[in-house]
Amino acid sequence: MAAGRISDKRPWTFYALATLFGAFLLFLYGPMFVIYVLSFQGDNGGVTFPMVGFSLTWFKEIFQPGQMANIPVSFSRSIGLAAVVSGLTVVISVAAGLGFRRRFPGSGVLFYLAIASLVMPSLLVGFGIGLSFQFLGVEPGLFTSALGAQLTWTLPFGLFAMFAVVNRFNRSWEEAATDLGANAWQRLRHVTIPILLPGIIGVAMGAFTLSYDEYARTTLTIGTKNTLPLEIYALISSATSPTLFAIGTLTTGVSFLAITISLLLVLRMQRRRAFAKAG
Amino acid sequence: MTSAGLSSILPFALRGRPVAEPGKRRTTRLPPWLVSWFQVGPLALILVVVFALPTALFLIVSFYDYDRMGIYPAFLLDNYRELFTTPATWRVYASSLKFAVIVWAITLFLGFNISYFLIFHVRSAVIRTVLFLLCAIPFWTSGIIRTIAWIPFLGRNGAFNQMLMGLGITSHPLTFLLFSDFAVIVTYVHLFTLLMIGPIANSLSKIDPALMEAAVDAGASRWRTMVDVVIPLSKTGITLGSILVFTQVMGDYFVVRQMSGGQSASIVSMLSTQIQAMQYPPASANAMVLVIFVAVLVAVMMKVVDVRKELVK
Repeated sequence: MAAGRISDKRPWTFYALATLFGAFLLFLYGPMFVIYVLSFQGDNGGVTFPMVGFSLTWFKEIFQPGQMANIPVSFSRSIGLAAVVSGLTVVISVAAGLGFRRRFPGSGVLFYLAIASLVMPSLLVGFGIGLSFQFLGVEPGLFTSALGAQLTWTLPFGLFAMFAVVNRFNRSWEEAATDLGANAWQRLRHVTIPILLPGIIGVAMGAFTLSYDEYARTTLTIGTKNTLPLEIYALISSATSPTLFAIGTLTTGVSFLAITISLLLVLRMQRRRAFAKAG
Repeated sequence: MTSAGLSSILPFALRGRPVAEPGKRRTTRLPPWLVSWFQVGPLALILVVVFALPTALFLIVSFYDYDRMGIYPAFLLDNYRELFTTPATWRVYASSLKFAVIVWAITLFLGFNISYFLIFHVRSAVIRTVLFLLCAIPFWTSGIIRTIAWIPFLGRNGAFNQMLMGLGITSHPLTFLLFSDFAVIVTYVHLFTLLMIGPIANSLSKIDPALMEAAVDAGASRWRTMVDVVIPLSKTGITLGSILVFTQVMGDYFVVRQMSGGQSASIVSMLSTQIQAMQYPPASANAMVLVIFVAVLVAVMMKVVDVRKELVK
């Protein structure tokens, strides 16, 4: 919501806070730039300065299955899992966000269950699930135990994000649709979901990245086939090479791309809406 | 809803779609609570199966007996007694709590001021979105990589030391920067400030600026407006952010291990050593204590602010 100020003259606090914000961005990006630079380290260079030449060796290394870690395979596993987690999170948390708009018996218990699931130390979630699988005599796997472990984290996140989205949603829009004769499905399809769409895209992207980066919940529930963060962790413990930094640089690049694309999508959607409203 | 509002929303929502005839409404109508249950059912089911039941399981296992060969059903309090009589337990809890409080204070200060800046000082919505994304983008990079990114930055020959020496601030590299409590705190702040910015910015964005103008018009100073209007109205976001940061630090597994240089341990890394040694009953007891500790902390914070009432309106 745009906030108009009392007068057009900037108060001194503006400059103080702008300086703080600038310093924070420097703090945020300083070490990131160091890894971006070091990921182009020369063939014989190490993980610290100085730079010994310039090369793309470490990027090439990412795409070759090495002795220490198999990055391409674990990367595709991570992407697959993140896609499934993101899809499930969107469907389940959007439904739940709509359900929470009225009080129902048990809503308090479910709310605190979601809070508990969110704040539970991550490794313990994985520990509990891993232990359960051992008791049941089932092999842990990517789309069973690891998926479950990640949902304990992405679902509460999705739910709370939906609260923020749904709070701004005016119920009379739905009532208007009903008054005009829309049935429940038409109302959901043509009124509720289109209005909530930007929020839903946010939930999908958030859940995707939470899953893609997740380490502590996954480590005890994954079984034998590692996802990318677990592979990275193995790399850190065995040998450090600028490959890690190259992965970081690549991830940031891909994130930038993903964010730009979804931002453009949302902007286009808003523009079309504005057009539809005007027309 | 005004008629103008109605007509502005309908064209895109129902444009050219066949709709059921007015008057022929649904014949059956489910009670509202049942509809809600259908909507929240999948969430409830998943949280019970993959969260509540496994937690109950390690509550049970925490009373079990064990030896090198395996674990045995029993009802023993030995695992807890051992945990509480080990000085290392108290030391690790104290050190984690210390980190949590320091990091909480720093991220709250940064998170509140940055959110305030983004919501009330930045006037263009586009610029606000871009600045917000700038804060969020590093979050998209793996936490592990963001942690180790500090090593070449803070190290003896690191970028920061070189910069200080280049500027003539110090003559020899500072060594306390890396593999120390300082490094741990810096890394936490780097990782978790966004968890504070998100909820607080969300709370602030709901404040009607007219309220602040009214306070100023009524003679309140900028400071009084802040303390009496803005902060009370943003307490949900502050609480939510605090809960997130606090629990993330208490549940940390990686940062302390990597950045303290072996000088400090975290509760969870102590626990993971037990898990790797397959000592499930003591690990479960340890986990139970941590869960209760975190639960009490969160309960106290939620007691101060009724987050539920604020979130679910």
